[in-house]
Amino acid sequence: MTLRQKLSTRKYQQKIIIITFLLVPMLLLIIFTYLPFVDMVKFSFFKWNGTSPTMKFIGLKNYKDIFTKPEYLEMFKTSLYYLIGSFIQIAIALYFATVLNYKLRAKNFFKGVIFFPYLINGVAIGFAFMYFFREFGTLDTLLTSLGIAKSNLPLWLGNPKVVNYSLASVSVWRYLGQNMVMFSGAIASVSPDLYEAASIDGANRWQQFKYIIFPNIKIIISLNLILAVKGAISVFEIPKIMTDGANGSSTFVLKTLDTAFTVHKVGLASAMGVILLLIIMIITFVQKRFFEGKEA
Amino acid sequence: MKKKFSISNLFIYLSLIISAAIAIVPLLVVLIGSFKTGEELNSTGVLELPRNFTNISNYVKAFVDGKMLLGFANTFFILAFSIIATLLTGTMTAYVLSRFKFKFRKIVSSLFLIASLVPSITMQMSTFQIINGMGLFNTPWSTIILFAGTDIISIYIFLQFLDNISFSIDESAIMDGASYFTIFYRLMIPLLKPAIMTVLILKGVTFYNDFYTPYLYMPKPELAVISTALFRFKGPYGTQWEVICAGVIITMLPAFILFLLLQKQIYSGMTAGAVKE
Repeated sequence: MTLRQKLSTRKYQQKIIIITFLLVPMLLLIIFTYLPFVDMVKFSFFKWNGTSPTMKFIGLKNYKDIFTKPEYLEMFKTSLYYLIGSFIQIAIALYFATVLNYKLRAKNFFKGVIFFPYLINGVAIGFAFMYFFREFGTLDTLLTSLGIAKSNLPLWLGNPKVVNYSLASVSVWRYLGQNMVMFSGAIASVSPDLYEAASIDGANRWQQFKYIIFPNIKIIISLNLILAVKGAISVFEIPKIMTDGANGSSTFVLKTLDTAFTVHKVGLASAMGVILLLIIMIITFVQKRFFEGKEA
Repeated sequence: MKKKFSISNLFIYLSLIISAAIAIVPLLVVLIGSFKTGEELNSTGVLELPRNFTNISNYVKAFVDGKMLLGFANTFFILAFSIIATLLTGTMTAYVLSRFKFKFRKIVSSLFLIASLVPSITMQMSTFQIINGMGLFNTPWSTIILFAGTDIISIYIFLQFLDNISFSIDESAIMDGASYFTIFYRLMIPLLKPAIMTVLILKGVTFYNDFYTPYLYMPKPELAVISTALFRFKGPYGTQWEVICAGVIITMLPAFILFLLLQKQIYSGMTAGAVKE
């Protein structure tokens, strides 16, 4: 065999391996991510219950319904509670990540305890906190033992004025450790020489944070902020499990899935999904611009 | 100066202890509750210890009547198939992306990247039609096939490793007459072991904790996985908190054991996924 032939068979072999190795992953990606997306856009122009063989084309009526009836877009208000919650969560996570970077006793224990909730099954978390918030439950017991009269305590999951605070704090409890571990990974990658130089120069901890840690992990902080915004818009699991959207705790995603699978208005639900994705795309675009602007 | 330092340390320890308490108490009361009888749970305070720590009747009830035993069996079945599948799709994609230059390389990686920006939960109404159309609704394969694909984070984790494996290893194997497939599975897979471990843990936790996929695609009670078996406690055990508590502890236990054993890998896996994103 000449060298030329050898090369051509190698090229041929490469082609074969590329195609066979990518075939299944790409098929799965296309069938379960891109095809649903195209279908969803298509369904959003139809009136359809998801099972009937006939779909009725109604143009933009689904979108019109969503934008003219306040009950749909109002759902985004619930996201605000989670959004504020996640900003608080990021600040606390940043504090603990910084602090756990110091020489402290039992720091792995504290890190582990704060992080572990992130690994717990969402349904288990939901139930644990239904038990925590129920009347005469853990929170009521703790607060009455501090001398607060039971009659002054609200129904934490039953009062529409309180429920979203309760649920958003469950979300903070669950995801705080995730942020903390990400920040602490980023902080650990800052060169120790920098701290040493700073402490020789007499920088205190706040100055160290401000001038060394913060600039080095700025990118991961902004990434987490963007993820927090996306997360707050697409909150679903905690309200679904704990209240099923009752007492004003429903969210846009919860309402979307209810519209599709309980009310069986697949067309309308698809239009809601499209709107949600558009919002997420806008946020991602802004994020990209923001990062590119920063790096330039 | 010295004094100020210790006051700030005191504040740090205090903040750590408070937050550790906030993390632990909601779970601790569940553990306490799980050993109480129904009558005891309603008549004693949440922080009062159970009269009898050997009272495991709630656990038996949760396991047997609550179908959690079945839930574990189904979860294990689904996890076994989907983890093997996602590791295969992930390593194959990463291998091709790392080792070969081809026309659609950029497109392939962008397609995975864009997919990661879209929360799949928002498209379930159309995904449902596809799964149903394939005849997979109410079979374990619905969940397995949805878990089987790979994602950009796994690909990045594998790529980080593959990029550090010298091409000369591939070259010399080719000289010895090895095919690309042999190189992939005789050389690359063993070298990728630490990355495979990381992805396995991350995916394992994600799949085990996933609630909505099995809830939506496998409503049949015989197909309950851990999440959905526990979720169904809401109806029949709605007022029997002691059984729900036992169910919560049972569900948490595997994650807890995993965490105790593999803490380091879990932390590094989480940062590996985050930094590249």
